[in-house]
Amino acid sequence: MESVESQIAEWRRYVASAPAVNGHDVDELEDHLRHEIAELTQAGLTPDEGFLVAVKRMGDLNTLSREFAREHSGRLWKQLVLGADEETARPSSGWLEAFVLAAAAAVAIQVARLAAGFPDEEPTWFARDLSLFVLPFLAAYFARVRQLDVRHWVLAATPFVLAALVVNLYPYDTDSDTEMLVALHLPVVLWFAVAYPYMGGTIRSHDRRMDFVRFTGEWFIYYVLIALGGGVLMGLTAGILEPTGIDVDRVAAWVLPSGAAGAVIVAAWLVESKQRVVENMAPVLTMLFTPLFAVMLACSAVVYAVTGLGGAFDRDLLSVLDALLVVVLALVLFGMSAREPSTFPGWMDWIQLVAIISALVLDLMVLGAMIARIGDLGFTPNRLAALGLNLVLLVNLAGAAWLSARFLTGRTRFHRLERWQTAYLPVFALWAAAVVVVLPPVFAFS
Amino acid sequence: MRIDKDLVAASATPLVLAILADGENYGYAILKKVRALSGGELEWTDGMLYPLLHRLRRLGYVTTEWRTPPEARRRQYYMITDDGRAALADQQRQWVAVTRALSEVWPGSEGPLAAVGEA
Repeated sequence: MESVESQIAEWRRYVASAPAVNGHDVDELEDHLRHEIAELTQAGLTPDEGFLVAVKRMGDLNTLSREFAREHSGRLWKQLVLGADEETARPSSGWLEAFVLAAAAAVAIQVARLAAGFPDEEPTWFARDLSLFVLPFLAAYFARVRQLDVRHWVLAATPFVLAALVVNLYPYDTDSDTEMLVALHLPVVLWFAVAYPYMGGTIRSHDRRMDFVRFTGEWFIYYVLIALGGGVLMGLTAGILEPTGIDVDRVAAWVLPSGAAGAVIVAAWLVESKQRVVENMAPVLTMLFTPLFAVMLACSAVVYAVTGLGGAFDRDLLSVLDALLVVVLALVLFGMSAREPSTFPGWMDWIQLVAIISALVLDLMVLGAMIARIGDLGFTPNRLAALGLNLVLLVNLAGAAWLSARFLTGRTRFHRLERWQTAYLPVFALWAAAVVVVLPPVFAFS
Repeated sequence: MRIDKDLVAASATPLVLAILADGENYGYAILKKVRALSGGELEWTDGMLYPLLHRLRRLGYVTTEWRTPPEARRRQYYMITDDGRAALADQQRQWVAVTRALSEVWPGSEGPLAAVGEA
């Protein structure tokens, strides 16, 4: 019996080393193994033989841990453990593709910059088309890494081609508001267009949509880190070049745009290949900032409501509030993607609900102020875009608050909450697309 | 007879749900029931049961509870929920439709249809 116990212990250690299998799972599997051994010994086998047969019946450990990884992708945030054979199916982690496409994006933005004469001149088409010089390369990176076939390549390219045509064929007025709105919304539209190759064409899968949300958050973290490092580097370079009399601004004009564009692809590659690093960081960041934002939102909601300031939001404050609401939503979404779905409601879920409800109250006040403004001063492109954004946010937040409350009182599953958000993602994409495509002609490109 | 892997995988969910609809149970006992029900013809890799059970839990079809029965190790029990029963009924309808279609094209094999139809 001695030796069987040590064999079981050994087996247990081995199973536990798979990243997607946690302690409870190992307990469960061990219990199963012991049952099987007991049964087999009763049937006449020696414990040693029983152990061998039971292990064999349990199945190949690589396949098993892959199954666990598939089910608990949130636990390791990716197919990290998808065994050795899967690795060979994807020949490289894509560093070559990442490098080539980052370089291509860097060159593309540089060509555009020279054509625009930036920063001496600032033609509006440069700002409007900015994301079109970068994000197609990101889409191409994913199309390459996910090994899409020709049909999917074409489908992935379609939104970019359409966007390029629409954005550049519209005859905007000089100092056009709609053009500014297009410049703001086009990156959002194209980011959703990147989702298509990211998901390998399976945009209907809610799990893959959640993966994309997670990717977006992690990409953002990496991008900010790279930007900070780049900023330090630029600052020091400027300090060193100063005495030599070289015009630092000219150097920056070359380095900055290319660096910023290349970093978009490099950050994506880092998310893909260095998953393990950020997967530890992301939940910590959301855990830190969700409570802080919740407190801040709750305070401002109360203050605005009590002082009656809510009725008199001015234009600048309204845009700050809109930005705030978007950030809160991003935080909620990202926190959701980092959560283990099967666990019971905890204090973080309550804090998140506080954040959502405060955001909802603020959003309602913003909407009230906005409708009052529109009633007084009539529609402008900016007001309509802001109104639409707030309505889109309102519906999302209301749904999220309702489902969160039900989840916290044990009347629904976390799964439903996730579903609500992943099902809602296309609404954001459609709204941003509507601002880019429909709004300018409606307002005669003013 | 060896049943095709895809077919085994497809039948796993309704089978497990149906077993749990009879009453709560834990992993090893569920597997033994599967073996007994299929007369050993459905070849399951034991370990695969658990990722499947966890998926059913995530979808809200089952709930779980850790319990320590007397003179045994602590183990996780699985209980079917109302959502799970609804999913099971839905699966049943699908399988009946499939078997009906198959027995239409395979004359003389009314056996399985009758069996499933009664379920």
